[in-house]
Amino acid sequence: MPILTFIEHNGTHHQVKGEIGQSVMQAATFASVPGLPADCGGACSCATCHTYVDEAWLDKVQAAQGMESDMLEYAFERRDNSRLSCQLIISEDMEGMVLHLPSSQF
Amino acid sequence: MSLASVVIVGAGQAGFQVAASLRQEGYEGRITLIGNEPGLPYQRPPLSKAYLLGKIQESNLLFRPAEFYATQRIELLHDPATAIDRLNRRLVLASGTAVSYDHLVLATGAHNRPLPVPGAELAQVFGIKTKADADALAPLAKQARNVVVVGAGFIGLEFAAVAAALGAQVHVLELGERPMARAVSREMSELFRQAHEHWGVHFDFRQGLSRILDDNGKVCGVQTADGRTLAADLVVFGIGVIPNAQLATEAGLDIENGIKVDAHLLTSDPQISALGDVASFPCVQNDEHSTRLESVQNAIDQARTVAARLMGKPSQYGALPWFWTDQGDLKLQIAGLSNGYDSTVVLGCAQDRQLSVLCFRNDRLVAVESCNRMGDHMAARKILARPPKLTAAQAAAEGFDLKAWEAANRD
Repeated sequence: MPILTFIEHNGTHHQVKGEIGQSVMQAATFASVPGLPADCGGACSCATCHTYVDEAWLDKVQAAQGMESDMLEYAFERRDNSRLSCQLIISEDMEGMVLHLPSSQF
Repeated sequence: MSLASVVIVGAGQAGFQVAASLRQEGYEGRITLIGNEPGLPYQRPPLSKAYLLGKIQESNLLFRPAEFYATQRIELLHDPATAIDRLNRRLVLASGTAVSYDHLVLATGAHNRPLPVPGAELAQVFGIKTKADADALAPLAKQARNVVVVGAGFIGLEFAAVAAALGAQVHVLELGERPMARAVSREMSELFRQAHEHWGVHFDFRQGLSRILDDNGKVCGVQTADGRTLAADLVVFGIGVIPNAQLATEAGLDIENGIKVDAHLLTSDPQISALGDVASFPCVQNDEHSTRLESVQNAIDQARTVAARLMGKPSQYGALPWFWTDQGDLKLQIAGLSNGYDSTVVLGCAQDRQLSVLCFRNDRLVAVESCNRMGDHMAARKILARPPKLTAAQAAAEGFDLKAWEAANRD
């Protein structure tokens, strides 16, 4: 069970246990991490689970592509390390991964 | 005014979200969430697609794990509500116990309109509404050779795409003349008709079902309204839903195609709110006509409105409706309500299965349907969130790009 760290825009840290095969979004919502409403429940349909993958972890995940990238165009303050967390599936090599939350999802 | 106790009937998307939002808003009182189904509250959209295909597991359907309800002090009861005692502000449950409320929230949802034909009671005939439905259907769907789908709406077509992907011969019977006729434009229907036919799905439009045939109690075929027999070992229907308004009706609340609520989502009793699939509300995007919407977005946004009001921050509900459906490799997203549209402008290319249809009414943009054009959908949600200034003539101009227009017309 990899431990992920979510850092809110105001600096609050949340350490969250994730299951292998679970989405990063669900790990966060299961732990009630604020600022990640994830309205569509993980269907890549709403763009309200936007996160920034910490720079140190960028070699573990690909950049957003295809439909996810199209959705992110309309996320608040998209950056190169932006991902929709419903599309990030937790794997063993994500142990300790750090994700930052944007100041708004809309 | 601080409420000591909020009781929520219905533990689907809307009911769950009211409970979660109340705690997020800092509500300290008692929350009772009453469900009809066993287990923890879960999301329904994957039931007719990803969950059936085994792409996501049971645990991925849950909104929250069991600990959440304990730590957030949300009391989850599996004891169906049978009566509302409005005078004494008590809800009577099937077990005979009663729960007192200061405010009652009705999020009772809807149930599938049943198939009104002989044979509908057979074990190989399914509507898809609950996890139990999907769990019983999944093994049969994997083995089925001939599937008949009744109704070419979202649910029927989602399942048709699943069954075709699993290798079955799929036959869709639809009373209307095109797929998803009540939800999307002619142009978008045509794209989905072609895509499904490419996957091997056969459509019979303007065609009803007269009976389901069985061989020793097992489905072996169906008879169409025009008297033909089609082979079938599995029948799945999606012919609309009926709001679960019985509790409210018996309690004497105003009913109008579901439980009637005002712009604040209050019923005719100020101590009772209703929301989600069961509630008929004055819809800003539908000229304030009483409207009932069956969608995740509607459930969530209405739940936030109700929770905020109970915490002393009332507002009139006016969120932009949006919807999605996933069928095969097609993602259809709809922003706004297209009812009564009188002209369309089409962007993209149906052959490439990347299409957006802009629907106008009196030259005002009212809805955008996007297939595999998620950027257009997101742009449309921004554009439609305010009174849109885009005209059909502008959209029809050579080289028009919805995303570029949105970017250029932000305030």
